[in-house]
Amino acid sequence: MIDFLVAPLEYGFMVRALIGSILVGVMCPLVGAYVVTRNLAFIGDALAHAVLPGMVLGFIVGINPAIAAIPTGVAVAVLVRTVSRRAGLSTDTSIGILFAAMFALGLVMLASATTIRVNMEDLLLGKVLAISPTDIYVSLGITVVVILGLFTLHHWLMFASFDPVGSQVVGSRSNFVDYVFLVMLALVIVIGIQAAGIVLVMAMLVTPAAAAYLLVRRFVSMMLLAAALGTASAVTGLYVSYHFNVPAAPAMTLVASGIFAVVALFRRRALA
Amino acid sequence: MTSAPNAQRASVSLRNVTVELDGHMALNDVTFDVDAGTLMGVVGPNGAGKSTLFNAIAGLLPVRQGEVTLHRVDQGGGALAYVPQRESVNWRFPVTVTDVVMMGRRCRLKWFQRPGKRDRELVKACICRVGLWDLRAALMTELSGGQRQRVFVARALAQEASVLLLDEAFSGVDVGAQEGLVEVLQSLRDEGCIVMLATHDVTNLAGRFDEVLCLNCEVCACGPPDLVFTSQVMEKLYGAHGLRLNVDG
Repeated sequence: MIDFLVAPLEYGFMVRALIGSILVGVMCPLVGAYVVTRNLAFIGDALAHAVLPGMVLGFIVGINPAIAAIPTGVAVAVLVRTVSRRAGLSTDTSIGILFAAMFALGLVMLASATTIRVNMEDLLLGKVLAISPTDIYVSLGITVVVILGLFTLHHWLMFASFDPVGSQVVGSRSNFVDYVFLVMLALVIVIGIQAAGIVLVMAMLVTPAAAAYLLVRRFVSMMLLAAALGTASAVTGLYVSYHFNVPAAPAMTLVASGIFAVVALFRRRALA
Repeated sequence: MTSAPNAQRASVSLRNVTVELDGHMALNDVTFDVDAGTLMGVVGPNGAGKSTLFNAIAGLLPVRQGEVTLHRVDQGGGALAYVPQRESVNWRFPVTVTDVVMMGRRCRLKWFQRPGKRDRELVKACICRVGLWDLRAALMTELSGGQRQRVFVARALAQEASVLLLDEAFSGVDVGAQEGLVEVLQSLRDEGCIVMLATHDVTNLAGRFDEVLCLNCEVCACGPPDLVFTSQVMEKLYGAHGLRLNVDG
């Protein structure tokens, strides 16, 4: 058993993959707790797809794609809210428009850039075993920023999540809080994409948080349990990937989904 | 016990207020005043503009013409509290009674300030005042309609609001619980707060409210309940069906 856990860590790439997986397993579900309780799963999926042009640009100009994805994600997050407010459209409609446009832009950039060679499958499904030291530093930086944001804005985020109208009445801060939350969501998606890819990052964002929602009463407990389940899913998936020679992101996703299935069978809270 | 800091002096005044929503006139030339220490019912059929009126007072909707004035109400400090319609609240979000009442303290704290001992004591006092201390750890989803409304009133108390707007507060609340809620609101009124409660139900209004504003996109009548509910006003509100309604309770 010890060998099962320790042997892979003789390789530097596995140590980096483990650190990356833990960061993804903690951060995505922490923010995912808000995504699940505020019905924002679609925007999470959209942001994951919308950072593609930034990543491709990173490959073209030769900078780390995770770093290049940050401004794209933040810009799209702010645009979604601005377009829905200014144009009087529902958030879902604004997301649908921006998500499709940005993903299409990324695909066109990828097809047009003859100087780079990028495996589309790696972008879509993640490449946790190829995480570089720079990726880890970027993820650590984002982790510090997002945890600080979640901690300092915790009460306002809870207020705006539970009673958006009431929170708006007591202060103009609630709009700002919503913008900051979307930026934090975009940032954790950048971390998540490195391990889980554009398509499967949703699993780390939503599934552990949904399982935690069914198990505990208080929101803070839900966040902490979601982070624990997410970490367990990501690390278990990584080891399964190494020992059974299967892709890491799908393995993590299947572990998270399995945990959710078991929890849903013995749930305490009825699915709303 | 908490009371509104500006309550004795506050008043709400609307002058010729017109609000447009999606190209149609939701409120037309609305003029009325509410003084401190008034419990006002805002009645009218569905679509009469009751929520629009509250949104305009709360600054959530732009006013096309006219003026909304909150005299001596410190808006920036959260002196206006709003209890939204049931549909506007995200009931999926897991919060307890104490969590919700503590939300009332947010506008009294600095951006990154955590609630202190005074805030916790005030929250406890507010929960006790609405009679829900035994349910302080209960989730909002576990409460009845009347209990939920009392939690929101406790949040307004914790906010130290001098103006309280309750939108469709009787919706989904049984008559007994409505009476309990009205008692709490009357005690707030006695401390000098302005309390405005919107409802589409005109029965059982007499004895509950000091004044009633009858609204159907425009002001049909405004004054004490026994004076405003004339057959002409009821017809303006509800058409021919209004003549058959019993508003005396």
